[in-house]
Amino acid sequence: MKHRTFFWFILPTLSAMILFIALPIVSVFLQSLFVQHEQVLVVSESCGPFGCKESTKVDLEATEKLREEAPMGQYNGLGTYINRSHLAFAEVGNAWGSTTTFGEFWDQVFDLPFYNALIFTLTYTAIVTPLVLVLGLAIAIGVNGLPKLMKGPSIFVSLLPFLVTPLVGSLILFWMVDGDGVIGATIQLIFDDPNLSLKASTALTWTMLIVYGVWHTLPFSFITFYAGLQTVPSDTLEAAQIDGASKWQRTIFVVVPHLMPLVSFVTLMLLMDNFRVFEPIVSFSAEAHARSLSWIIYNDLRESGNPLYGSAGATSMLTIIGVVILLTPVLIRTWRDFNRKAH
Amino acid sequence: MLLKKLITAGALTSLMSSAAFAADCGPSGQSIRILASDFPAIHAVAGTAEENCAAAAAEFSRNHTTEARQIMNAALTPNPAEYTSVIVANSTLTQLMNDGLVRPLNDLIEKYGQNIPDNLKISIDGNVMAIAFMANSQHLFSRTDILSQAGIDSVPGTYDEVVAAAKAIREAGIMEYPIVMNMKTGWNVGESFNLAFLAHGGEFFKPGSAEPSVNSAAGVAALETLKSLVEYAHPDHLTQASNETQGLWEAGEAALGIMWGSRGSPILDDEGSTEEVTSNTVLSAAPSVEPGGVPGATLWWDGFTISTNVSDSEAEATFAALASALTAEMVAANNDDAVWLLDGFKPGPAAAGVSATAQGGAAPYPMLPQIGLMHNALGSELTDFLKGDESAEKALADVEAAYTTAAKEAGFLSN
Repeated sequence: MKHRTFFWFILPTLSAMILFIALPIVSVFLQSLFVQHEQVLVVSESCGPFGCKESTKVDLEATEKLREEAPMGQYNGLGTYINRSHLAFAEVGNAWGSTTTFGEFWDQVFDLPFYNALIFTLTYTAIVTPLVLVLGLAIAIGVNGLPKLMKGPSIFVSLLPFLVTPLVGSLILFWMVDGDGVIGATIQLIFDDPNLSLKASTALTWTMLIVYGVWHTLPFSFITFYAGLQTVPSDTLEAAQIDGASKWQRTIFVVVPHLMPLVSFVTLMLLMDNFRVFEPIVSFSAEAHARSLSWIIYNDLRESGNPLYGSAGATSMLTIIGVVILLTPVLIRTWRDFNRKAH
Repeated sequence: MLLKKLITAGALTSLMSSAAFAADCGPSGQSIRILASDFPAIHAVAGTAEENCAAAAAEFSRNHTTEARQIMNAALTPNPAEYTSVIVANSTLTQLMNDGLVRPLNDLIEKYGQNIPDNLKISIDGNVMAIAFMANSQHLFSRTDILSQAGIDSVPGTYDEVVAAAKAIREAGIMEYPIVMNMKTGWNVGESFNLAFLAHGGEFFKPGSAEPSVNSAAGVAALETLKSLVEYAHPDHLTQASNETQGLWEAGEAALGIMWGSRGSPILDDEGSTEEVTSNTVLSAAPSVEPGGVPGATLWWDGFTISTNVSDSEAEATFAALASALTAEMVAANNDDAVWLLDGFKPGPAAAGVSATAQGGAAPYPMLPQIGLMHNALGSELTDFLKGDESAEKALADVEAAYTTAAKEAGFLSN
């Protein structure tokens, strides 16, 4: 293809990507470098149905003047990135100096909001991704081997978890694991402990979120692999069969290598999705035990009634960097495959 | 006596209804757009305003949403603003005032609010910024039948009595977890801390500044109080907010509760619960630290504001319409939906808790510009202590550190 033709082909996609992906990221990055102006506080007297009280308020005129002079706010450089809510260099340094064992050190580090969220996010990603890959492939192979009549209904049923909106799906599960719910009561019965609660312990909450994550994303890998299975060449399979390969050997040495490009694709998608885990934490009310990077961003923007755009921007940038680091090995692999095929 | 009261109320009602009939709706042909929370009392006020003045206005729209707090600043910032009025509460008024989005109402009151009593005018340095019409606070709910089964004859008045009663109920084998409280991580757990903190006489900030002062003796005492209470609350308490605690109460699975007064009426009505629960539920003042001390509660009001960024005639019409709704007639028709601060309100059993808490001298929820950041820091950092992972001092130090970081970014503390 001529470079000129290629350029015109790619132009619509490229401009959409710049407009909707690149520019917002640049904007978020710029916002993360600034903090708000000083709010000029003045002492005032506030009165209401419950009496009068000395209080403070924002001096609007003075604050407005500051805002007009520099609409972006005060330049803070990378200050937001290294403060206590994010990478917390000073606090980590303190923890390193003031503790004697690694256990104590990590205890203090994981008490900091960013690292606390990072450890859950990484654990979730590291457990959910491989489980979904392996189980998805297993279900796809299983469904592929079913008689024709059963295939349609079983594909439909296997896709169901994906059709349920994450927020609704996790809310339903949240009610089911309640002590009065179907799953919760059954678990109490099995372990003969009427006070057992999945919501009250950190380990059980994490397990619950991970099980939910696997349940919810499994259909995605299943349907992708199922589509891939339709393209496995039957002559190669027959040749392997004639060579005396068992069903298991055919799966491992013929089917899986054939599906490898798909495995890379599914891994990429799962890593990105899982690293941004958010909805289940809100619907499971799991904030006491598990917080993720996306949850921190949500909390900064929503909960205080005073959105912390800089802080949310910084966490967003750190999340993007985290995703890039996680994806690098997969991307390198894809790149090598591509080069090998090209030459 | 009762008859006399009724007759006076009736006379007042008829007087007011004739006033409402000729409601002064201000300039006609204006557009009135109201943003408000979504509960019955707010519907009553905004709905009455619509009935009175929709005919005179060119447009009358109401948006009732639980997300009002999240969208109001963005909706009021452009000129002209999306809404001419937002119905707010203590904490949300400061959120609007911080950005200068609501206007002083003094001249409008002169014109249309002659009958509004002074105590309903929320004024800051003499500028009236909102007109309150109802009150709310947290307080104690007790099941008297279960208390007497456990050998306790009177409703507990202090935190120690609440804990002792819960202990007696557990030891009598009636309930393992008799206490319910809104302890859901986030806003709710922060608010529960505020209650105990104010009861212990705590101050959130050093006077006149935005420097935090929650890591104090009062803060530690408040956390110890909370811990002693949740000892008797269901292990899932960190996931429970108003809807869950009300559900537990109505299911008869709790005997002592610290819940919102606005839940009193839904609990006491004949829906969602049994006769056994409703007839034995008694609402009383929030518990205090010492007998007769400050009740552990924050007093809230709900009231209406007028946007800065709308034309003066729209502002006038909106104010006149909402002011016309604050009548004894409206109160009489919706008596049990709220603890009204208006004339004609007849406090029923559902209002007893809020009244007693207010009379006991509970503090209003602080109207400070930076309180939202503090509340958020409390909500996210205190769970480590309640889970038993941290000491009270460490949790409060974390709160102050988290608050300071956020307050620096928001410009309340200098870098």
